[in-house]
Order: sequence, then structure tokens, then C-alpha cells
Amino acid sequence: MIDVRDLQKGFGAQRVLRGVNLRIERGEAVVIIGRSGCGKSVLLKHLIGLVPPDAGEVRVDGQVLAGLDERALIGVRRRFGMLFQMAALFDSMDVYENVSFVLRREGRHSEAEMRAMVAEALQRVELPGIEHKRPAELSGGMRKRVGLARAIVYRPSILLYDEPTTGLDPIASDRIDRLIRKVWEDLGVTSIAVTHDMRSARRISNRVVMLHEGRVHADGPTERILSSDDPLVYNFVNGIATETAELP
Amino acid sequence: MPSALLVRLRDVVVDVGEITVLCRDVLGSLRHRRPSWADFIAQVHFVGVKSQTVVLTTGAATGMVLCAQTYFQFHKVKMDTATGAVVSVGMCSELGPVLAALMLTARVGAAMAAELGTMKVTEQIDALRTLATHPVDYLVVPRVLATLVAAPLLSVEAVFVGILGSYQVGVRFLGIDGAYYLANMRRYTDPPDVAIGLIKAVVFGAIIATVSCHKGLTCRQGAEGVGRATTEAVVMASISILVVNFFLTLLLNRILNPM
Repeated sequence: MIDVRDLQKGFGAQRVLRGVNLRIERGEAVVIIGRSGCGKSVLLKHLIGLVPPDAGEVRVDGQVLAGLDERALIGVRRRFGMLFQMAALFDSMDVYENVSFVLRREGRHSEAEMRAMVAEALQRVELPGIEHKRPAELSGGMRKRVGLARAIVYRPSILLYDEPTTGLDPIASDRIDRLIRKVWEDLGVTSIAVTHDMRSARRISNRVVMLHEGRVHADGPTERILSSDDPLVYNFVNGIATETAELP
Repeated sequence: MPSALLVRLRDVVVDVGEITVLCRDVLGSLRHRRPSWADFIAQVHFVGVKSQTVVLTTGAATGMVLCAQTYFQFHKVKMDTATGAVVSVGMCSELGPVLAALMLTARVGAAMAAELGTMKVTEQIDALRTLATHPVDYLVVPRVLATLVAAPLLSVEAVFVGILGSYQVGVRFLGIDGAYYLANMRRYTDPPDVAIGLIKAVVFGAIIATVSCHKGLTCRQGAEGVGRATTEAVVMASISILVVNFFLTLLLNRILNPM
């Protein structure tokens, strides 16, 4: 369970998060939406302790992240897997080395076990047999799927997705959405995604949270939020620019 | 203008503070986790083995030109055979470690800052952290250890080829008597001169690795950020080496080579 209380964060003079309150229960599939620059990715990075808050706190299974040093956070982060916007594969390693990274660092598995686990993770993202390929040889969609395999191979209980379909064509986006949904259903993880893509939000979540001006503006079941008649939510979901809307 | 100077000074103080924290993290990492042998060997190969061409060339060229210049001056006062002693002491305690370190800064320091900077802007450092890996354990410690080992070895190589080159120039081209050249070299080069050079090389190695890793890990976004981090790493490490060298010369000579 993740509990965010009055979370505030600024960068220089810009206040990005101005008091976010959010509670995510185990097994939920949550999508965080909002305009560019509203702090979605910053909020996601707070959940895993990549960014320290200015005020407020994040609790993961009751443990407060603020105040933990980088080494203490390692234990907390072991419960998370994260897929980055550009996949963030290690370009000095091949796919096998990328996906098996955590397993090798932990040193608890034999080489044969690691090979089997990597093969199973790659099978799950529908990319079997590409262990020897380098990240530079992969398309954008394939890189994200390898990133997803790297995130699930050690069976975390919480998966974070930072704009999982950004930069992909509609077919590749659909495939990523299906995989995210399948991973959530098959592995029973808590799934938290940040996205601008409303089609994707509809497919991969059972709950939508909308951020606006650094606070939670709307929060509820996916269908209810995406069909809301609240002007801010309606305009965002349907991509309607109003005259009063500021450019991001 | 004074405010720009103050800002620059503040940046330097912040950098020194952050590098001190990084050094503490490196020591903390060595207490918590044994470094990966494979990563260490890979870094020793990159820092040490692959730097040999540039360091050997620099050492040989410096020894040869130092020999020629010293000879041209000493010849005026009929002290030709003292040339070897000057070259030897100069190479062992000053030029060998300093020039090897500056060459390492250009080749290895720049590469470290650029590699870690690129990892930072492409979120690979954040990915490491989400994969329950401390970036200092995985990226910094192997680089620091490898540079601490490689820098003194490369310095010894630079000194050796420098003296060898100076002997060739002095004896074969300038006509100095070889026996006297070597005898004076041995007579005036003491073990403390060698020890001073080795201690300096280790300190310079630590400066190169920590400054470069720090600049890479704190790199700002974009291609410009990586370029700036690389430049700043080379400039800061080079200036630090030259400044620290002056104080080490005073300190180590007072301790190891008292008058």
C-alpha cells in the first residue's frame, strides 16, 4: 500500500507539487493523468524515492521514505519495478545482461536459473530469443518491452510506468498496453502509470487520478473520470484547448 | 564582475563539498559491499592498459626534451654529466606523476564524465537506483579503485621511458659520457624521490576519478549538459592536480627528504 500525504516539491522558483494526497491499495491499476509540467513524473519518482520531497511524506507499506539514505532505500526499491519513458536500457550491455541485472547483482541464482528467468520474462513481453541483441539494435517499442522484462524479472510487487506509450506508433502502443494489462492480471502487482494517452489510460487502469496545479483534481474509477463532465477533466480527456488554458 | 567571481567561488566550494561527500560514499560502499572483481578489472584495462600509448609517448618526449634543455645550459658551465641527475630527479618526483596524471585526466577523466553524464541524462542512473543498485557501488567504486592502481603504475612507466629517452639523447646525440651520466643519476636520485612520485600519483589518481565521476553524476540535462560536465571535469581535475602538486612537493619533501 502506498500513502502520499501533503506532498510538496519545487525546483527553484517553480512549485510543481503543492500538496498531493493519494492512497493506492495493493493490486490496484492506477493511471495518473494531467497536463505537461503538472508534476506527474515527479510524483511517480517520489513513490520510489528517486526524488526527495520538500514537505509531506510518502509511505510504502507503512515505511516513510523521507529521511532514508540511498542505501536504506535499496531495500524499499526492491519491491518496485519501473519502466522509464525512454526505457533507460544500459547501452553498454546486451538484452540478457540488462534483464538479468538485478539477479546478477543479488547473486542468489545460478547462471542456468538466470537464463531461464530472463527467457521467461522475455517470453512474457513477447520477445523470445533476443538475449544477444544490443539496445541500439532494437526499435522503440522493443526497447520498452525489454525495459518491462527487466522490471518484472525479479517479481516486484509494485510496477511504475512513466509514459509507457510516448513516442510509439498506435500498434506498438496497443501492444504495450496489452502487456501492461496482462502483467497486472497475471502477476497480481500494483500498477501505477503516468500517461497523456487517454486510450491507454482506459485500457490499463481501473482508477484514474488527475493532477492539476500540483494537486489531485479528480480521483475515481476509470470510466467515471474519463466520462466526467467536470470542465477541466472533460477538456483534458477530450483534448480541448480553451482560451483560458495556459500553454504548458 | 565581483558578483560573478563570488558565484564562481561558491560553485567551487559546492563542488569541493560534494566531492567530499562522494569520497565518504565510496568509503561507505567499500564497508558495505565487496566491489565486483570483473568491473574492477574492466576499469583497470580501460584506465591503465589503454592509456599506455599516450602516457609512454608523453614520458619519453618529456625526458628527451628535458635532457636536451638541461644539457644546453649545463654545458656552458662544464656540468654535462649532471644532466642525468636532473632528468632523473625531475622525472621521478615531478614530471612523471604530473604529466601522466594530466594525460590520464584528458583521456580517462573526460571519458568517465561523459559516460556517467550520458547515463544521467538518459535516466540510466535512475534505472540503476530503481534496480536496487547504489550508483556509487556500481559506477564510482570500480573507477576509483582502478585509477588508484593504474595511476602510479603509469607514472612509473612514464618515468622509466623518460629516463631511457634522456639517456639515448644525452649519450648518443649530445655526447655525454654514459658511465658518468648513469653514475650521477644514481648518486643524486634517492629512494624518497621515487616515493614522492608514487604518493603523488596515487593522490592524482584519486582526484581524477572522484572529480570526473562527480561531474558525470551531477551532469545537467541534454547534450550541452554532457559537454559541459566533460569540460568541467577535465579543467577541475587538471587545476586540482597542479595546485595539489605544489603543496605535496612542499609537504613530502619536508617529511621524506629533509635538508
